[in-house]
Amino acid sequence: MSGPILSLMIAIPAVAALACLFLSAETARRVALGATLVNLALGVVLWAGFEIGGARWQFVENYALFGRFGWALGIDGFALLLIMLSVFLMPICIGASWRSVTQRVPEYMAAFLATEMLMIGTFAAQDLFLFYIFFEAGLIPMYLIIGIWGGVNRIYASYKFFLYTLLGSVVMLIAMLYMAAQAGTSSIPALMAYDFPPHVQTWLWLAFFASFAVKMPMWPVHTWLPDAHVQAPTAGSVILAGVLLKLGGYGFLRFSLPMFPEASAQLAWLIFALSAVAVVYTSLVALVQADMKKLIAYSSVAHMAIVTIGLFAFNRQGIEGAMIVMLSHGLVSGALFLCVGVIYDRLHTREIARYGGLSSIMPRYAVFFLLFTMASIGLPGTSGFVGEFLSLMGTYQLSTWTALVCTTGIILGAAYALYLYRRIAFGPVKSDEVRGMSDLSTRELWLLAPVAAVVMWMGVYPESFLAPMRGDVAALLRRVDRATPPNDSNPTAGRKVATPTHVASGEAHR
Amino acid sequence: MSYAANLALVLPELVLSLGAIALMMVSAWGGPQSTRSVSIASVFVLAGAIVALAARGAGGGDAFAGLYRADAFADFAKVLIFIGSAVAIVIAPGFFRRTAGDDLRPEYPVLILLSSAGMGLMVSAVDTMTLYVGLELQSLAAYVLASFMRRDTRSAEAGLKYFVLGALASGILLYGISLVYGFSGTTSFDGIADAYRTDGRSLGLVFGMVFVLAGVAFKIAAVPFHMWTPDVYEGSPTPVTAFFASAPKVAAMALFVRVAVEAMGPATEAWRQIVIFSALASIVLGAVAAIGQSNVKRLLAYSSINNVGFALIGLAAGTREGVASVLGYMAIYIVMTLGSFLVVLRMRDEAGQPVEAIGSLSGLSRTQPGLALAMATFMFSLAGIPPLFGFYAKFAVFDAAVRAGLFPLAVIGIVSSVIGAYYYLRVVKTMYFDEPAAGYAKSGDRVEGALLVIAAVIVSPLGYLSIPALSAWTGAAARSLL
Repeated sequence: MSGPILSLMIAIPAVAALACLFLSAETARRVALGATLVNLALGVVLWAGFEIGGARWQFVENYALFGRFGWALGIDGFALLLIMLSVFLMPICIGASWRSVTQRVPEYMAAFLATEMLMIGTFAAQDLFLFYIFFEAGLIPMYLIIGIWGGVNRIYASYKFFLYTLLGSVVMLIAMLYMAAQAGTSSIPALMAYDFPPHVQTWLWLAFFASFAVKMPMWPVHTWLPDAHVQAPTAGSVILAGVLLKLGGYGFLRFSLPMFPEASAQLAWLIFALSAVAVVYTSLVALVQADMKKLIAYSSVAHMAIVTIGLFAFNRQGIEGAMIVMLSHGLVSGALFLCVGVIYDRLHTREIARYGGLSSIMPRYAVFFLLFTMASIGLPGTSGFVGEFLSLMGTYQLSTWTALVCTTGIILGAAYALYLYRRIAFGPVKSDEVRGMSDLSTRELWLLAPVAAVVMWMGVYPESFLAPMRGDVAALLRRVDRATPPNDSNPTAGRKVATPTHVASGEAHR
Repeated sequence: MSYAANLALVLPELVLSLGAIALMMVSAWGGPQSTRSVSIASVFVLAGAIVALAARGAGGGDAFAGLYRADAFADFAKVLIFIGSAVAIVIAPGFFRRTAGDDLRPEYPVLILLSSAGMGLMVSAVDTMTLYVGLELQSLAAYVLASFMRRDTRSAEAGLKYFVLGALASGILLYGISLVYGFSGTTSFDGIADAYRTDGRSLGLVFGMVFVLAGVAFKIAAVPFHMWTPDVYEGSPTPVTAFFASAPKVAAMALFVRVAVEAMGPATEAWRQIVIFSALASIVLGAVAAIGQSNVKRLLAYSSINNVGFALIGLAAGTREGVASVLGYMAIYIVMTLGSFLVVLRMRDEAGQPVEAIGSLSGLSRTQPGLALAMATFMFSLAGIPPLFGFYAKFAVFDAAVRAGLFPLAVIGIVSSVIGAYYYLRVVKTMYFDEPAAGYAKSGDRVEGALLVIAAVIVSPLGYLSIPALSAWTGAAARSLL
């Protein structure tokens, strides 16, 4: 498979975004849907053409267009899966906004297409500065999406989102400039093999951490997320939870671990501590939320903490689990936001207390909502289980205490998710308004059904998703192997049955 | 060296001076109705000056026994200066025609030509005498331009303020020059550099350096010598403000770089502290003070202070990359700032009167989406947010600072840029999130529109394609200095 398919996947949304600005609302919708579907098709071609076990970097393109840095693209298994997630969710976002967005539709579609372009660019970039440009540029369309089409308090949320994430990222730029100056290259694959002195690594790691921790988001810098989610329009929340949060995890995977293995090992305690706090604290906060979107936003913080502990477990289970949690969370929380959007479109409130008894009013809706709630909890058979199980198992091999604390998150997760579902779907129907709500329309069914199918697929046969990244996990582990911290429970190998060698060694000591 | 050879080196300034004198005669006899023809002729004179630069090619050298130097550094700055001046002439007729009160007079383009000749001298000066003469020629023309709308009290106030404070700064500069001359015994930059090399710790030389840099800092509006900027920017007619924010800024910055690197290069360690303080103070003050502004021209004034701070970070590096990054920064900066002022020129109510309140931009994205998009592009670019071209300008200066090992400076500088992002975002918020206010009158001016589109395209991500050419050019310019 050759040809500049990655450039094409970046160019199509860019061209479509520009075109949308000049079109009428109805045409803009169609153009946006068409462009995202073409990108999905190209994504499928990409996956089909991706050679598992082949070269580490595939679909490589490199043009020295910008002097000091270049237009260098290429993907490995991690990037492939995250690009697939982006192109899969994007048509769903456009579909979710088909009827609910009526104001300034051409600009809305242009903003979404720009977001898609920048996300694909971020995952595919093989040049440090190209990555930074795509990574940061994503702030602009998201700022506009929250600020123009958001809820009542949208302006505060948009500022907070923009400035918080910008502040996190700028220090990373200084670190990148230093790295490029030291290593004499800005190519990401070359830097992944470059050994920085350990004391320098610590500083660089912290600079990258500042950016990715905010993006992730990790406790205690997660506070922008609930605001942004609550105020963003439904599709904005889907893309924020589905893909933009994954940039943080991808950053740890692509930069922090392979480029600074010693610093990662040295500071893993920080990640573990913050994640453990996040799992327990944000789960408890989610339990008492009265706003559905806020509840899901806090649950995202908890799930992302499971990702970070898995990534810093320095073993195969942990890293693979973290990747699966990222993919699963992208689908599940995206779908949950869609579910919220469905009933928000009907009643125009996100207050949990206003609903009740939807299982009898909207049976089809209740089924989907139940499936995604269970996937969020991590029920076996859904994607959530695979990821969380692997991730926690990996963590246990490194830090039993962290694994212990974080596993309580599963129980707390079940608590808030089931509690939410009970209040929404069961119980008496509270008002005539609720009674008058119609079940899923065909359009909404088409939005939720594909996500549900993939969630089940990932839960039942995760091999499809594990296979592309297996080689990359192995490469990453070879890279970080020299720094892997010891297990805190100091396991000892089982005692062997006495053999003649025992005698021999005894003699040697004498 | 023969006179002919000397004159050939100063050909661009010669073209400008002779052109200005001839056109002054035309305007004296032709009166106000000659405005149009004088303006057109002035643009051709500026174009002629650029041709004269190009005709000389890569060669260069010192003219008039080491008073004036034609090199790649000066050429780069001059091209920016002449283009900025030409834009200031082109956008003026539309502004004055639609503003009640004063009409445009033929002296306006002539004054800009004289100012350009002064700026040409400034960036080519390798002797403190030429430096001072060039600076004063530029400034005197600028004082008149600031108060060009005689019936507008704000404009008169701007001119007076600029003059008084400018005279003070000139005095400080001249005092510094006299100290440096007294302790080094020469006015030539090379001689001064020798003096710093042999006796860098001499109290007189250090004092002289501080005073000279303070005087130049006034001209680039770096903190703590910035206080004239908001008032002058607000009071001057908008085309003049656009001019102040572009060409003289480049000239003064180039002068600053040449004095620091060529004349005081051996004392880099000494002036670096001054530049670092000034850079950080400009970034922070330019960002914080802009937050409370409600007038768009004052906002852009603080934005220029903020941007000068970033450019100084490149100078603080004191390396060849640093000098190149400052030049690149100024090139990108004048496009962004001229673009922003082109948008400000379009802010007029139905009666045709200029509006300067930021609040009047409310909902512009719905009344004039194209204009709002252009303004948003300039604002994000000034804030240094990728993928706009303003990011590359900041990228280059921070790269130079990091390569020079100035990590704390780079980190503090870039973190402060987030404060600045807030007020640029506020403009975008006003245009995109707020309910529409009374829209602006449509402007039918094609030339302005074309300039606006050109500026927006350069600042857009397409600008990145020009990086190889830009870095080759700024690199060559920096090599001629270091």
